[in-house]
Amino acid sequence: MAKTDTARGLLITPIFQNNPIALQILGICSALAVTNSMSTSLVMGLAVIAVTAFSNMFVSLIRNHMPSSIRIIIQMTIIASLVIVVDQLLRAFAYDLSKQLSVFVGLIITNCIVMGRAEAYAMQNGPVLSFLDGVGNGLGYTFILLAVGFFRELLGSGSVFGMTIMPTINNGGWYVPNGLMLLPPSAFFVIGLLIWAIRSLSPQQVETSEFRITTNTKPHTAQGSV
Amino acid sequence: MFEHYLSLFIKAVFVENMALAFFLGMCTFLAVSKKVSSAIGLGVAVIVVLTITVPANNLILNYLLKAGALSWTGVEGAENIDLSFLGLLSYIGVIAAIVQILEMFLDKFVPALYNTLGIYLPLITVNCAIMGAALFMVQRDYAFGESVVYGLGAGVGWALAIAALAGIREKLKYSDVPAGLQGLGITFLTVGLMSLGFMSFSGVQL
Repeated sequence: MAKTDTARGLLITPIFQNNPIALQILGICSALAVTNSMSTSLVMGLAVIAVTAFSNMFVSLIRNHMPSSIRIIIQMTIIASLVIVVDQLLRAFAYDLSKQLSVFVGLIITNCIVMGRAEAYAMQNGPVLSFLDGVGNGLGYTFILLAVGFFRELLGSGSVFGMTIMPTINNGGWYVPNGLMLLPPSAFFVIGLLIWAIRSLSPQQVETSEFRITTNTKPHTAQGSV
Repeated sequence: MFEHYLSLFIKAVFVENMALAFFLGMCTFLAVSKKVSSAIGLGVAVIVVLTITVPANNLILNYLLKAGALSWTGVEGAENIDLSFLGLLSYIGVIAAIVQILEMFLDKFVPALYNTLGIYLPLITVNCAIMGAALFMVQRDYAFGESVVYGLGAGVGWALAIAALAGIREKLKYSDVPAGLQGLGITFLTVGLMSLGFMSFSGVQL
């Protein structure tokens, strides 16, 4: 009973409470450039789920046989091999999408989520739990990607997954697309606002300020604190 | 020839800025940008590593991995070998090895530099900017000379961006930010504005 609880916990907590992107600042690197449409976000998310889950599982399987001095290299090799498999599969079966994702599939190797989970979780836990932990963190990542992709595609080109929701002016509709949403800066804005929303819902995630701003009526207490 | 290299350099620094246009190296970009001094240290380390690894990977690609690249060995049938599927694995291996060697080299011969750069070097192996530059070099099919210039330019652009962000964040910590936006949130919005600023370079052509 306890086991299912932990297993379910492993899958669910990384999505909201302990999201790898929003809270742990992991894995933003290779991701944001692919979020200007929902379909590329989804494919990227699936690729990351697969790589994280399997690399966690393999690392966990051999964790007792690895000399700790070369473990990083071994983890790196496992991750790189998995990414090569994903890359070749995408090229074989979804060539257009792999063209759009361009170098960002390869960059899953340096995605801190994959490496971070292998190092922090899979080195201490059994293969099944590690696999689930990988899936959970991958899902957390996919959730953020899809959320960002949803806003960017809806506001930028008036569609979701390529299906028109709000017909644009150019196609005889009424919606004037916001071109900024398709450009890189908007991803930062959307994700910043998303973090704001998540943290407003669960205030325990709010970071404490280094310096407290005091009101003007008490200037003598305005001093920096840790 | 010189103009070609200059235009490639300017393009790599401003127009195709690694951090602000391609989101590469974001983890370290956000984590190590709280103080200007450490940001500059990391920036310099990235410049050095990029300038070495991009050309090194270029040689690996052209003389080992590309279709027919092994024909210089003279072995019969070598011109039919295509090892390009091993690319990702080799690039990350080369990057990890070079960072390690650089660390040992600096430790032995330039201890002063090692003390300032040393702590940032291990971070760099998993920095997506390094890997990203290698992959862009492959995708755009740069020649050896171009890859040197591109590596340097990409490094300078990244260092510029992180130094600028650190400067802003040093001031930002004294300002009154809404609770939920504190820390990570406001940093994202700041980077978004910087990225918007850098977009104004997109028309620059030499």
